[in-house]
Amino acid sequence: MAATGPGAPNSRIVRWIDYRLPFVKMMQHELHEYPTPRNLSYWWNFGSLAGIMLVIMIVSGVVLAMHYTPNSDMAFDSVERIMRDVNYGWLLRYLHMNGASLFFMIVYIHIFRGLYYGSYKYPRELLWILGVVILLLMMATAFMGYVLPWGQMSYWGATVITNLFGAIPVVGSKIVTLLWGGYTVGNPTLNRFFSLHYLLPFIIVAVVGLHLIALHTHGSNNPLGIDHKGPGDSIPFHPYYTVKDSFGLAVFLLIYAILVFYAPNLLGDPQNYIPANPLQTPPDIVPEWYFLPFYAILRSVPSKLLGVLLMFSSILVLFIVPWLDTSPVRSAKFRPIYKKIFWLLVISVLVLGYVGAHPPEGVYVIEGRIAAFYYFFHMLVLLPLVGKLERPRPLPLSIGAAVLGRSATPAE
Amino acid sequence: MAQAAQSQVSHAQDGETRRDFLTLTAGALGAIGALSVIWPFIDSLNPAADTLALSTTEFDMAPIQVGQRLTIAWRGKPVFIAHRTPDEIKAAQDVDISTLRDPQKDSDRVKKAEWLVMVGVCTHLGCIPLGQKQGDPRGPFNGWFCPCHGSIYDTSGRRRDGPAPLNLEIPPYDFTSATAVKIG
Repeated sequence: MAATGPGAPNSRIVRWIDYRLPFVKMMQHELHEYPTPRNLSYWWNFGSLAGIMLVIMIVSGVVLAMHYTPNSDMAFDSVERIMRDVNYGWLLRYLHMNGASLFFMIVYIHIFRGLYYGSYKYPRELLWILGVVILLLMMATAFMGYVLPWGQMSYWGATVITNLFGAIPVVGSKIVTLLWGGYTVGNPTLNRFFSLHYLLPFIIVAVVGLHLIALHTHGSNNPLGIDHKGPGDSIPFHPYYTVKDSFGLAVFLLIYAILVFYAPNLLGDPQNYIPANPLQTPPDIVPEWYFLPFYAILRSVPSKLLGVLLMFSSILVLFIVPWLDTSPVRSAKFRPIYKKIFWLLVISVLVLGYVGAHPPEGVYVIEGRIAAFYYFFHMLVLLPLVGKLERPRPLPLSIGAAVLGRSATPAE
Repeated sequence: MAQAAQSQVSHAQDGETRRDFLTLTAGALGAIGALSVIWPFIDSLNPAADTLALSTTEFDMAPIQVGQRLTIAWRGKPVFIAHRTPDEIKAAQDVDISTLRDPQKDSDRVKKAEWLVMVGVCTHLGCIPLGQKQGDPRGPFNGWFCPCHGSIYDTSGRRRDGPAPLNLEIPPYDFTSATAVKIG
């Protein structure tokens, strides 16, 4: 016992437990023996960052829920009480609200990483689809969370978004009444949004679990996009990528802390510090920045039903990306044309975000329409076409050869 | 990690390397950081500023007649105020305190003999003893009687019988005038 602590893999206690519940064996397998491509760049940090962010959001959210009152007469004041009276309440709330913004930032980078390096291709199609499911759940969670403080933007944002379902022919208005639990957004709406806002993160945790199982079945993709062929291509996840992830985490936490402590309201809308008033709409309703591109697509179409359909399609189209992209080569590194149009896609999404923040008039409408057109043109036409027409550059023989072959000294 | 350290650092004397030092200091810093982040989460569960602001209560006892008992709220708990009769005061003062489980002189429990101010929460398991209203059972010592598990208190609120371990608690209070008190 003295020589081998209880944590050592050959300790009697650990062996007794492992024989019955192989937890340590599983962690050993998934972290230490799990072969990870030796060439992962910092773009591969964002998966674990998103996981950590999910934990931070759940922990801060559970504590905030202990102080929050989900009642339309008391919600706004209970949030102000959290800000002024609850010990460190301001910190908890700023962590939670800025955390939501950074969570989306991380996830968007993670998605674009996947698009650039073809991480959605065989055999990782389900891994990608589970990721899109997580994105949808996150959007629902974030939207309902934004309603809870019951400020002007909360109230009118909830009104606008729930009214989207009114575009459905025949049963639209019935569905909207069902969502509201009344004839406008009101106390019943707030109550069910609070309940679902608490529930959905745990469903996200479950889907993240599936996402990880799918990931560990075939392992991470890598910047070269070629398969792992032998022991020279991989290194153990621990300690190499635990260290790399920790470093990225430290940098990320610095940015998070700067936002929380020096600019906590930078990403929020000041209108939401005005209590909800069902009789007066604010001059300009703008969603949080992470919904702006989708909001811009909605507003760039002059028909209600079509606008709503296009907005939802812009996310749903991600589900079929693995089949829209016909190229057998994963990484954009070896795809001269795709590498260029990828950046056009990024620009179109950024333009949509910019347009979404401005009133739908004049030049913004035209810009929004061009960007929205390109987004769908890229997904539905360019992805299948470029995959067929483009001539990829030759792929390296193996990860090890590509990484170690170039120079005499081994890359660390 | 062990193999990497071995191959890299050959000049280490006793198996300790610069990497060990970096691992330890980075780990220690991470642990300090994590602990200092945990504290705000725990402290947020303590009473908030608006809760603490309710921690004192002022009350004018002038309308309470001799022999009358009245309950007021302080920090969400009942406070018993008793305007004691001369008989009750005498009964409280005449007790031989060496016979009590929680020995306390009546003069140590009051600031003015006719006014008894105490927290009306049984020291056994937190029920509110009876005896404030007319017709309530007051127990054999004409004080208070806890209906939950039968603890009996005398006219000074001292535990005389039953499972309660201590006398009824005296809150911190001061007279702000002849009959007005500030509790807390």
